[in-house]
Amino acid sequence: MSNWIPLWLHKLSSPPTFYRFAGALRPWALALAVVFGAIGLYGGLVLAPADYQQGDAYRIIFIHVPSAWMSMFIYAVMGVSAFVALVWRIKLAEVVAMQSAPIGAAFTFITLVTGSLWGKPMWGTWWTWDARLTSELVLLFLYLGVIGLYQAFEDRRQGARAASFLAIIGIINVPIVHFSVNWWNTLHQGSTVNIFGHSKMSWDMLWPLLAMTLATKFYYAASLFLRAQTDLLSMESGKDWVRKIAASESDR
Amino acid sequence: MNRPGLLSACKAMLQRDLTLAWRRRSDIAMPVLYALIVTMLFPFALGPEDTLLQRIAGGVILVTVLLAMLLALDAMFSSDIDDGSLEQLVLAPQPLAVMLAMKILAHWLTTALPLIVITPLLAAMLHLPASVIPVLLLALLLSTPLLSLFGAVLVALTAGTRRSGMLLALMLLPLCVPALIFAAGAVAAAQQGLPWIAPISWLAATLVLTLVLAPLACAVALRIALDS
Repeated sequence: MSNWIPLWLHKLSSPPTFYRFAGALRPWALALAVVFGAIGLYGGLVLAPADYQQGDAYRIIFIHVPSAWMSMFIYAVMGVSAFVALVWRIKLAEVVAMQSAPIGAAFTFITLVTGSLWGKPMWGTWWTWDARLTSELVLLFLYLGVIGLYQAFEDRRQGARAASFLAIIGIINVPIVHFSVNWWNTLHQGSTVNIFGHSKMSWDMLWPLLAMTLATKFYYAASLFLRAQTDLLSMESGKDWVRKIAASESDR
Repeated sequence: MNRPGLLSACKAMLQRDLTLAWRRRSDIAMPVLYALIVTMLFPFALGPEDTLLQRIAGGVILVTVLLAMLLALDAMFSSDIDDGSLEQLVLAPQPLAVMLAMKILAHWLTTALPLIVITPLLAAMLHLPASVIPVLLLALLLSTPLLSLFGAVLVALTAGTRRSGMLLALMLLPLCVPALIFAAGAVAAAQQGLPWIAPISWLAATLVLTLVLAPLACAVALRIALDS
């Protein structure tokens, strides 16, 4: 059996290696995010036909739905890396978990704002206490709690561990957000897009949505890489590899 | 050397915490006064209309009790951290989770129970029908331990920080939403003469689950927070 995958992963978790890895991949992730974002927005806002019932107002889903998916996806990433950070005490996992939280909070906020902008013309109200809306709001508060707890500690690694534990407790909310439209009869519509089956959506509207989904995923990767790089530099400041980078930067 | 058994250790822990709380009786009275004053403010703010007050009474009392408990939550471990007895507890041979469960029980007895005792008075202030009061008390008896248990985990997490008051509210309130929904649902159902057993059963089930898991989580959180 080849064991280069675990070896490579093990190596990757050391800060200098990940710093170089993230630096190499970040421009690609950012470029892919811009390309897919441009394609998705052009397809969604210009090419896709207007909805027979909602007219052009439905086009907000090309922002709203990918952001909503990301809000849950990033929480899952945060929860998994928080678990890794607590169990194996890997420094990089702490960095990934803590630096994911603000990005996830931003996506959750975008989801709530675009949703209420869409809700005003469609439902006639900015906000309703529906199960999915409420659980998404709780998700935002969980993100803010994780960020707040992380900032409250003077020792960063201790703060990261405490906040990781909170993230793991809060992960129970993610399935609630996801399945809320199936479990309760809510004003928010049920799921339309289905990965493993037939989607109840025309292909003309579906492909821009999928392109936007890829764009948000790549944006998350690029943003996480940059944040993790910065955090690693400040966390490891004083170590040899950081000094070398600082020296080469000042030589230029 | 013979070690004291688990049961006697539990008893000693409970006795110590209750004695400490009794020595500072005014601290016990604070949440009760707070709840009374907050409830008194509602008729001033909304007008003394019976029907309106009756309709909001259940929710107002639940939220008031929740906030009053939040006020007292901060103090759950603070004096033990200051004098170092919490570190001794972590080092003790008895399982930390069981000892913490005793501390949580003592805290519930000293903060939540007085609030539940004055709840009929709060309900009367808001003209809640007398037939609903037993359901309200039952909902409170099941939901306040939940808040104490959730709160203990979060207080343990913030044990290593200085300013934890607002942070605690930010972290605890989202986690309380399900308990609040079920408790309020039971009271509202009873008020409309509908069967209210379903939300109460949900609350009881959640409480049983939390009763098992929260002390363990609390022990883990405390180890994380004190490990420096």
